[in-house]
Order: sequence, then structure tokens, then C-alpha cells
Amino acid sequence: MSAEFTPSPILQVENVNAYFSGFHAVKNISLAVPEHQVTALIGPSGCGKSTFIRSLNRLHEETEGATLTGEVRLAGKNIYTPGVDPVEIRRQIGMVFQKANPFPGMSIYENVAVGLTLQGGFSKVEIENRVEKALRSSALWDEVKDKLKKPGTSLSGGQSQRLCIARALAVEPKVILMDEPTSALDPISTARIEELIFELKKQTTVVIVTHNMQQAARVSDFTAFFLMGELIEMGITKTIFTNPKERQTEHYITGRFG
Amino acid sequence: MKHRQDILFKNSLGLLSWAFIAVLVAMILSLLHMSGLAWEKIGFSFFTTSHWNPVKHQYGVAAFAWATLVTSLLALLISTPLSLAVAVSVTELMKKRAGRVFGFFVDMLAAIPSVVYGLWGIFVLVPLMRTQVQPWLFENLGWIGIFSEVPYGVGILTASIVLAIMILPTMSSLLREVFQTIPLTQKEAALGLGATKTEMIYLSVVKSSKSSIVAAMVLGLARALGETMAVTMVIGNRNDWMKSIFSPAQTMASLIANEYVEATHDLHLSALALVGVTLLMISSVIQLVFRAIYARGRK
Repeated sequence: MSAEFTPSPILQVENVNAYFSGFHAVKNISLAVPEHQVTALIGPSGCGKSTFIRSLNRLHEETEGATLTGEVRLAGKNIYTPGVDPVEIRRQIGMVFQKANPFPGMSIYENVAVGLTLQGGFSKVEIENRVEKALRSSALWDEVKDKLKKPGTSLSGGQSQRLCIARALAVEPKVILMDEPTSALDPISTARIEELIFELKKQTTVVIVTHNMQQAARVSDFTAFFLMGELIEMGITKTIFTNPKERQTEHYITGRFG
Repeated sequence: MKHRQDILFKNSLGLLSWAFIAVLVAMILSLLHMSGLAWEKIGFSFFTTSHWNPVKHQYGVAAFAWATLVTSLLALLISTPLSLAVAVSVTELMKKRAGRVFGFFVDMLAAIPSVVYGLWGIFVLVPLMRTQVQPWLFENLGWIGIFSEVPYGVGILTASIVLAIMILPTMSSLLREVFQTIPLTQKEAALGLGATKTEMIYLSVVKSSKSSIVAAMVLGLARALGETMAVTMVIGNRNDWMKSIFSPAQTMASLIANEYVEATHDLHLSALALVGVTLLMISSVIQLVFRAIYARGRK
């Protein structure tokens, strides 16, 4: 994409503060996530990027003692307005976790279909079509099409993570959040997932947390740099990596700390 | 070169472990020896008939074996959903501290002696069953058959309820420990997909713990099958086939407890030993079956 063009945001974050029983993990962050783009959140461990991404689908509040202030608007509507059902939000904003977490008691097929089953209202044929589509989108279809009834946990690490991506994709979310999705994978599996992320922007918007700067540079269109719970700067990935505005960003990407 | 201390340590512990096995084998052998006379005189019909009349030297265990199975399985039927409910509330629904306190009290149920359960059964549960529960079930559901007997208060169902409470702490504490080890990521997988808390508990906690639920049932059933004192006090001790789940009956364990003191004739004593053998066989077979289910579930 060209550096001059900024697409319309799907998520708008305003003055978000997140706490764990008093600990201020995310400090007054405002940013916009552009639609059909990949936005990477980078920064050293403990910088609040994981907490921040978990506040985008209201998963942060599931931790005992966790609180949050501020606004996150999904397509213009604040997901933290009282009365908004977090369950409804999480159906529109999917998530892929650091460790692949397919459901142990379920087959490969059931793992992908589970989001649709939870929502209800899909016919068997619709579910079949969506499962196939999601598995194709996550580049897993050819590998599993003959063993859909096998347990989801029978797959390799990289395949499991792609299964989890398929599971998130099947419900056709507006945004997919990925919290260090390749940190537990070998380089080849990582490369496949990175290719996948690139393809995914056609159908959805991706926000990815990574502590791997090369990965951010490879897969993302926009990059936000976090440090000690604060957003230091956000911009077009190329600019952040070649010509950052802030000295702290420069120090981090050149490897002086982190 | 091995250290002498290590060799001594290993051998003495090894000896103790083997001594334990030896005691077990000796117990089984002596039980078999004691029951030899009854086996000789009565033979296989001991297992297939249900006449138990020491005066006429008639001994058959079938009705007691049946009553043992029914009380234990009914107890399991009551206790499994209850212990699941307790384990889920303690680990998933309550605040951490409240869950710990609640779990502690449930565990305390295991510390109550069997005979105290029996007393509670006699003074509280039996009258309640006789005056409230059983008349209602008899009048409204008597046509089903399993409730088709006039209420005595004591009987199969009463024993099952007492047993259910007794096995609850064992089952629920095992499930609680299993649920506590379920990784957070597995729960977040469900939440992240837009599962409600209830759906999350089903998908991530209960559904993935099937084999542990079976394991908890094995433990509960093992305790229920052999439980003697409390059952003897509330089951009614009637040497006959049960007609309904209200029937006063006799389990194998309660039969031995009731008759052992008064058994003077050699054949009577030997028949009671054979009842013991039968109980041992049945509980071993059930253990093996459940273990096989458990092993298959884990794969």
C-alpha cells in the first residue's frame, strides 16, 4: 500500500486504561486499526501489548481483578457501552492465542464448526460449507480433508495453530486478534502462518501482537510500538522501521533493548 | 559403585511394598479357603438362587448381589451430577476464596464416620422418606413400577441417598483437581469464540474431562459397593428380592455384617465368606470395566 493512503478504521480505541487489581498495565492508549489491513503491536515483554489486544474483544475483563476504562469502537459503536454483551462482541472479533488451543474432546471438523454451533441458526450444509471455506482460507484443507473426524489435538503444532485460525475464521469475524500466534512454532510453520496472515486481509482485519520485529516488518501494514504500557508511536510499518519519529522506537528496532 | 545407604533404602522399601501385596494375597486366599465348604456343598447355584435360609441350610446370593449393584449404581446416578455441579461451582463460578472455603466443607463430609451417616439416616432421612418422599412418589408415580411399594422409609433408595452423600466428597474433590488443571488457554479458546460462561464450562471443562469423570465414578462406585455400616442401618435388612426401589433389602456387605455374629454353623459361616468372595469379584470386575473405559477415553 502507498504511504499516503490511510483506509477507514474498523476499530477506534480511545483513552483505554487497563488494570490488574491495581496494577496499571495499559496507559491511556488511543489508536485506530484500519480495515482490511494488518496492524502489528510490538514492544518488549511486559509492555502491555497482550493486555491491550485482550481489551479489544473484552477478554481482559475475564481475569479476576481486571478492570478497564476508555472506549473501543467497532465500526463506530463502543463495545464498552453498558448493556453491550461481551459474548456478542467476541463473535465479531475473533482471537488466536499464543499457544494453539484446539478443543481436546472434538474432531478437526467440530473444532472449526464450534463457533457456528455456538451461534446457532446455521443449517448442516451451511456449516459444512463454512468449515471447508475456513479450512481453505487457513491453508489447511488439503492436509486435513481426509481426516476431518480425527481429534483436533492429533495435528502438529503449526497445523493446530492454523486449525485455530480456521476456527476463528469460520464465524466470519470483522477483526481477528492474534496474540503472538507463532511464538511456539518452528520457522517453517511460522512462515506458513505469516503467508496466511497476508492473505487474510482480503476477508478480514488482522491485529497481531508479536515480539519478533522481523515478523512485524514482514506481515504488517501498520505498526504500533508499546513500551511500559504506553503507546510510543504508531504508523505505516515501513516508516516505523526505517524512519521512526521517536528515539525509543529507534532504539528498540535497532536492538538496543527488548 | 552404588552407595550402601541407597541399596539399603531401596531394598527395605521394596520389602515393605511386597509385604503389602503378600498380605493382600493371603487375605484373598484365606477368604477362598473359608468359603470352600459352602462352594463344595452348594456349588454354582449359590450365585443363581436367592433363597437365604440358614435354618434350612439354603444359601443363594443373587438377591443381595442385585441389591448391592442397584444401591451403588443409584448412588452413583445421584452423586455424579451433584459432584460435577460442586466441582464446577468451586472451580469456575465462585470467587477463588469462596471456592476454597466451600470445597473445604465438602471435603469435610469425607471425615464423617460411616456410623454417623447411618444415625443421620435413621433419625432424619428415614422418617422424611417415610412420611414425605415415598408416599408422594408412590401415589403419583407408583404406576411406573420402580416406585410401586408402600413406604417403609428404610430401603434401597434411602441407602442410595446416604451412599450418594458419602461418595460425593471423593468424586467432587477428584473432579475439582482435574478442573483446576485445565489450562486457561483452553477456556479462553471458548470465550474468544463468543461462548457464554455456561457454554465455556461445557466446551472447555466438562467435555474435555470425560475420562476423569469416569475415573471419579470408579472411585465413588468402589466406595459405595463395599460400604457397610451406614447401609446396614438404613436398608431395612430384608432377605428378599427388591420389588421396587423403596423395598427394604439387603446388600452383600450388610448381610455379612448382620449375620456374622450369629452364625454358628460352619456352613453358614462359610456361606458368608463366599458372599465376601462374590462382593470382591463383582467390585473387581466393575473396577476393570471402568478402568478400560477410562483408558479408552484417555487415548
